[in-house]
Amino acid sequence: MFSFVVNRFVQSVLVMLTVGLIAFAMFRFVGDPINNLVGQDTTAEQRAELRESLGLNDPFYVQYARFAVNAAQGQFGQSYFHRRPVSELLVERLPATLELSLVAAVLALVLGVPAGVYTALHRRGVLSQIIMTASLFGVSIPTFLIGIILILIFGVMLQILPTFGRGEVIDLGWWTTGMATPSGLKSLILPALTLALFQLTLIMRLVRAEMLEVLRTDFVKFARARGLRTRSIHFVHALKNSLVPVITITGLQLGSLIAFAIITETVFQWPGMGLLFIQAVIEVDIPVMAAYLVVIGFVFVLINLIVDILYFVVDPRLRVDRGAAGGH
Amino acid sequence: MATTEENGDAVRDLARLRAREGGFRGWLKRTADSDVWYSFKTSPVAVAASIVSILMLLSAIFAPWIAPTDPFDLAQIDLMDSELPPAWMAQGDPRFILGTDDQGRDILSTILYGSQISLLVGFASVLFSMAIGIPLGLISGYVGGRLDAIIMRIADIQLSFPAILIAFLIDGIARGVLPRDLHDELALYVLVFAIGVSGWVQYARTVRGSTLVEKNKEYVQAARVIGVRRGPILIRHILPNVLGPVLVIATIHLAIAIITEATLSFLGVGVPPTQPSLGTLIRIGYDFLFSGTWWITIMPGVALIVLVLAINLVGDWLRDALNPKLR
Repeated sequence: MFSFVVNRFVQSVLVMLTVGLIAFAMFRFVGDPINNLVGQDTTAEQRAELRESLGLNDPFYVQYARFAVNAAQGQFGQSYFHRRPVSELLVERLPATLELSLVAAVLALVLGVPAGVYTALHRRGVLSQIIMTASLFGVSIPTFLIGIILILIFGVMLQILPTFGRGEVIDLGWWTTGMATPSGLKSLILPALTLALFQLTLIMRLVRAEMLEVLRTDFVKFARARGLRTRSIHFVHALKNSLVPVITITGLQLGSLIAFAIITETVFQWPGMGLLFIQAVIEVDIPVMAAYLVVIGFVFVLINLIVDILYFVVDPRLRVDRGAAGGH
Repeated sequence: MATTEENGDAVRDLARLRAREGGFRGWLKRTADSDVWYSFKTSPVAVAASIVSILMLLSAIFAPWIAPTDPFDLAQIDLMDSELPPAWMAQGDPRFILGTDDQGRDILSTILYGSQISLLVGFASVLFSMAIGIPLGLISGYVGGRLDAIIMRIADIQLSFPAILIAFLIDGIARGVLPRDLHDELALYVLVFAIGVSGWVQYARTVRGSTLVEKNKEYVQAARVIGVRRGPILIRHILPNVLGPVLVIATIHLAIAIITEATLSFLGVGVPPTQPSLGTLIRIGYDFLFSGTWWITIMPGVALIVLVLAINLVGDWLRDALNPKLR
C-alpha cells in the first residue's frame, strides 16, 4: 500500500511537471511576452533591457525552473488583457466555479445513484423505461443547449428564475459565497442543473450496469438462498459492491465538471474561472490560459490520486492482489 | 460437442467461400448472410436511427440544391422578412417553414448549410484522430517495450484531461500563433486539428489492445516466418483485423466531435460567423432568446440534437452488434 501511494505520488508530480512545461512553452513561445507588456513607443534598447531584467535571455531550463517555482507559489505574472496579476484574478473567480461544480456534483450523485438502483431493480418497469429513454437524450444534448432550453423555459417563458450572474454575493474576505442569500441560491439553480444533467445520466447508467452485473453473481444468489431480506441484499450486498467503478468514474468526472463549467459559465454569465478562461482564449491572454491549465491540471492530478487511494479503502481485494504483484 | 462446432465452422466456411465468388454480388450476398445485418434488420431503433442519419447527411451534402434559399446570397435575403416566426405560428410566413433570423435569412436553409459545416468538421476530425491514433496503437502494440511505454504514458496523461479542454487549449494556442485574419481563414482547419488531436487516445488504446492479441496468432507468425517485413505485416495483416472496434469508436466519436465543434462555435472560438455551423447559428440566435424570438436558436438546436441522437443510437447498436459477448 505504502509503495503504491509513493509510486502514484511520484507519477502525479511528473504529470504536473509536464503540464507545467506545456503551460510554460505556451507562455514563452506563443507571441512575444515583451510586446504584450509594453506599448508601441518603447525603444529597442528599453525592450532589450526589459528582456534581460525579466530573465528572458536565460537558458530554457532556467526559465522553466523559475516558472515552476513561481507557479508553485501561485504567481503567474500579469494578465495581458486585464492588466492585473493573474493570481488575483484566479482567487477572485475560484469560489464561483467551486461552488457551482460542487453543487452540481452533489445533485448528480443524489439523483443519479438512486435512479440507477431503481432502474436496475425494476428493469421492465414503465418508470425505468422512461428514465432510460430520458437519459439517452441527456447524453445526446450538448451542455450549452441544455442551458439554453432551461433558460427558455424558466427564465423567458415562466420568468421564475434568474438566468445570469451569481445574484447577491457575500464576501468573506478569502471567499465569496452566493449560497447564503436567497437571490444567490436562486441564481445557482439553473447553472447547477445544467452542469449536473450530463453527469447525472452518466452516473445513473453506470450504477445500473454495475448493479445488474453484481445481482447476477453467486454471492447475491447465496444471500438469497440464506433467506436474507431483499432490501438488505440489494443495498448492503449489491449496491456496496457496485460502487467501486462508480467512485472512480465520479471522481474523474468531478474534474470534467470543472472543465464543462467553462460552457455553463458562459451560457449563464457565471463569473467563475471558466468564463475567465474562455475570455482568455478569445483575447489570446496567454498568462491566464497558462495559469488556468496549471490550476486545472493540479485539480485533476489531485482527484486522480485521491481516487486511486480510495480504491484501496473501498476494495480490500486490491490490497492483496497488488501486494502479491509487487505494487503497481 | 467439439465435432459439431467444427462441423458448423466448416459449413460456415464453405458458405463464405461460395459467397466469395463474384465481385459485388458476392459481397452483397455475404452481407445479407452476416450476423450483423441480421441484428440490424431486427432492430427497429437501429434502422430508424440510420435512416435519420443518412437523410440528414444527404440533405447536408445537397444543401445548395434542396435549400429553399441561399442564406449567404445577399440578393436573396430581405431585412423586411427578419425575425418571422415558424410557418405554423400566428405571424408565420409559408415561405419560411422554420421562420427567419434577425437578418431575414430562412432558418431551414441556414440549418441545411450549417449542418454541412458541422458534419464536415465532424468527419474530418474523426479521420484526423484515426490517422494519429491507429498507427500509434499499431506500433505501440506490435513493437512494445520503451516506445509502447512512452506512447501509452502520453495517452494516459491526455486522458486525464477532458477532450473538450484540450480542444480549447489548442484553439487558444492557434489564435496566439496565427495572425487574426489568417486564423479566421484557417478556422475550419484549426478546429479539425484541435478536435482531432483531442480524440486520438481512444483509437490508440483500442488498436493497441487488439494488436497485442492479434500479434501472437498463427497467421501473423506465419507471415513473419516467410519473411514479410514489419510494415506490411502491420498494414496488410494486423490492421484489417483490428478495425472492427475502431468502427464503433468512430461512430460514437463522430457524435462527440459534432458536439465539440458546436460547443466551441457556440462559445465563439470555433468557426467564424461567415461560415456558420449549427453551433454558430445557436450562438447567433442566443442573443435573441430574451426578446422572445426563440426559434432562431432553438431550431438549429433541435437539428443538432436529432443529428447527434441518431448517430449515437447507430453507435450504440453497432457496439452491441459487434460485441461477441452479447450475442
